Amino acid sequence: MGNLLARSAGNLFWLARYLERVENMARIVEITETFSRDTSARNWLSVVQINADEKRFFEKHKVADGPSVVHFYLLDSDNPTSVPAALQAAHMNARALRPILSVEMWEQVNVMRNSWRAVSASDLTGPGLPRLCKRLREQCQVSEGVVEGSFAHDEGWHYYRIGKNIERADQTTRLLDIKYHLLLPNVDAVGSALDASQWNALLRAANGYQAFRRVHQGRLSPAAVAGFLLFSDSFPRSMTHCVRQISYMLTQLRSRYRLSGGTPAEDKLDEMRAVLVDLPIERIIETGLHEYLDWVQTQLGALTGDIRDGFFPD
Amino acid sequence: MGERAIGGLMAGYDRGAFFCELTSERTSNCAEIAIVLDRLGALDFADLSRRSADAERALFDLGITFTVYSERDSIDRILPFDVIPRIITADEWQVIEAGVVQRVQAINLFLQDVYHGQKILKDKVVPAELVLGNANYRPEMQGLDVAHGTYGHVCGIDLIRDEGGIYRVLEDNARTPSGVSYVVENRSLMMRAFPDLMADLQIRPVDNYGTRLHAAMASIAPPESSDPQVVLLSPGIYNSAFFEHVFLAREMGVPLVEGRDLCVEDDKVWMRTTGGLERVHTIYRRLNDEFIDPEVFRADSMLGVPGLMRAYRAGNVALANAVGTGVADDKAVYAYMPRIIRYYLGEDAILPNVETFICREKEGLDYTLANLAKLVVKPVGESGGYGLLIGPKSTAAEVEEFRAKLIADPSNYISQPMIGLSVAPTLNSTGVAPRHVDLRPFAITGQTTWVLPGGLTRVALREGSIVVNSSQGGGSKDSWVLGA
Repeated sequence: MGNLLARSAGNLFWLARYLERVENMARIVEITETFSRDTSARNWLSVVQINADEKRFFEKHKVADGPSVVHFYLLDSDNPTSVPAALQAAHMNARALRPILSVEMWEQVNVMRNSWRAVSASDLTGPGLPRLCKRLREQCQVSEGVVEGSFAHDEGWHYYRIGKNIERADQTTRLLDIKYHLLLPNVDAVGSALDASQWNALLRAANGYQAFRRVHQGRLSPAAVAGFLLFSDSFPRSMTHCVRQISYMLTQLRSRYRLSGGTPAEDKLDEMRAVLVDLPIERIIETGLHEYLDWVQTQLGALTGDIRDGFFPD
Repeated sequence: MGERAIGGLMAGYDRGAFFCELTSERTSNCAEIAIVLDRLGALDFADLSRRSADAERALFDLGITFTVYSERDSIDRILPFDVIPRIITADEWQVIEAGVVQRVQAINLFLQDVYHGQKILKDKVVPAELVLGNANYRPEMQGLDVAHGTYGHVCGIDLIRDEGGIYRVLEDNARTPSGVSYVVENRSLMMRAFPDLMADLQIRPVDNYGTRLHAAMASIAPPESSDPQVVLLSPGIYNSAFFEHVFLAREMGVPLVEGRDLCVEDDKVWMRTTGGLERVHTIYRRLNDEFIDPEVFRADSMLGVPGLMRAYRAGNVALANAVGTGVADDKAVYAYMPRIIRYYLGEDAILPNVETFICREKEGLDYTLANLAKLVVKPVGESGGYGLLIGPKSTAAEVEEFRAKLIADPSNYISQPMIGLSVAPTLNSTGVAPRHVDLRPFAITGQTTWVLPGGLTRVALREGSIVVNSSQGGGSKDSWVLGA
């Protein structure tokens, strides 16, 4: 059997990214809603900041509060970072992939897209919001399960995994970047008690609460949370874990499928990993967590470019 | 012809003056039909309606849809599915199958001749200007040899059944006939939704279409390829028939490519893969001739592959269907099909045409003018039912107005009697009622011709309507061919 159609490789990469994006968005909105009841609206603003959408958001809305942020991200299909836009993009990629996706996988994406189209603003009030966010998360998780169980783990599957892990690393680092600085006690109140529930919410938004507990037991500190989300060896959404997965997939494509297109991406990953492992989290925080995360984000963007050029050029 | 005794759900069913695919007595008695009727009669209306709704829901969720685009949005629609099957007996199928094979054979011999010696034109069996002046005639094909002399690798022959139960050919489709995906998907849906209706019946399977198609595509590949790479060329995800392209690519296990995935270098066709360019040997293309190669046909086509005709002419790639098959499925040529069959095969057509009067011939014109109010008159160049006269449904003034047009340009018209299409019991919101149906069997030809048992039964869901097109309220039914 020959190699995969280049366009299909791109479709698989982006299908995975968009689905991952939907799952993350659903979780972030759900957690924000849960933990914003007793605090200020800055939590809602942080959702906008995580997505770097301040400019576009404030062109449409005066304030970033629950209703405006929920509308912008869950209903506004003109917003390219919204759930409906991501579902539409996932659907387009899945549609192009239908000859090679399992029927179950296609059906899952099709049903997810169609059922979200039926959601209106009134469905997203009161208990409807967490319920529908949960449904969306679960639908994404089912799609993961279907891919795992029904999509041939051949060449194409590797692009899917690469897309998934780039998106995860991207989402985790964005979330950490915004929330870390938002939640740090401000300089005027040094020594004031940490708002533990907000740090827990951050871990939940990254789907890492339990995993963190098991590693750190009762101890909670900003540095420990940041270190966990960046460097955990086992947490599937930590940056280190994602980068290692991407690296493994590229190696497989080179050795098993004799594809050399991933060489520049592999070089970039080597460079990233060299930097990643050499720095303890305390040093990073000291010299500037934001600058560090910014660099990681830039690297991930460049990595996407290398992978595209190497396997599915436009 | 007599009626079968029916009860329950079927109790009030009245086929009227038409042949009914389920209740009319056949020439050969068929025990299986009686069994199906009994089973149908025993079903509860609410149960049947629920299962019908479930089936349509499944079609939607599975994305077995065609897409309708509006200005802002795209809407996925299913082809409405009627759960009451249409049944074709083993005897009936034998005739249909032989007739379709014969017709496809004649179409291929005709195309071979048209694009080589044009003997049939020189012998004046078919008027030369009808072929050479046809918009779908492709001079680029002159003298080009195609594998096995096959031009129409996939043909769909549209059949109707008249009041006497005689199957007649209404139209030939030798370009890119569509609808086969519904045949296969409808069957798998029926097997899930109505195991009780099908239990213990011998129904000929339809799920090997993809295997057959792939074998035919491999058989026409350039001879130097031992393990030919077949691809399906689609206009892409925005095409309303995209699902069918997906289905066919999936069933054959071949890549679904768009024009941008292919390129021509060295007069050979290549596809862009993650590992670079890979050779392509056979293209099952679901693009019309005029879009396949901007170097030769429409220069503005973004869907095709520049240089494809060069590679084709060099014998380095096979195309299915061949370029230029449109001259064989033209309405005017249709009228000559019985003569074409006799000319090449020395046989009468097994499946008769609908009686057709050719107005370019004096005899046909005279008859048409004398019986205008009883006939359907069709312009030969048009498609989609434009510019035709349905005599029995027109006013005297309309008939006279048409008469003037006909006299001014008789060569542009053919005429046919009004046919009372057969009906089949069909579920609606209140019960079961007769609705008109047609049948499109699909034939695959590589070296030889194979016909998929059954075909697409389209049903006009509106009462009294004879328009079965999906764009105008048509749906489909599963078509069962009985026998092992």
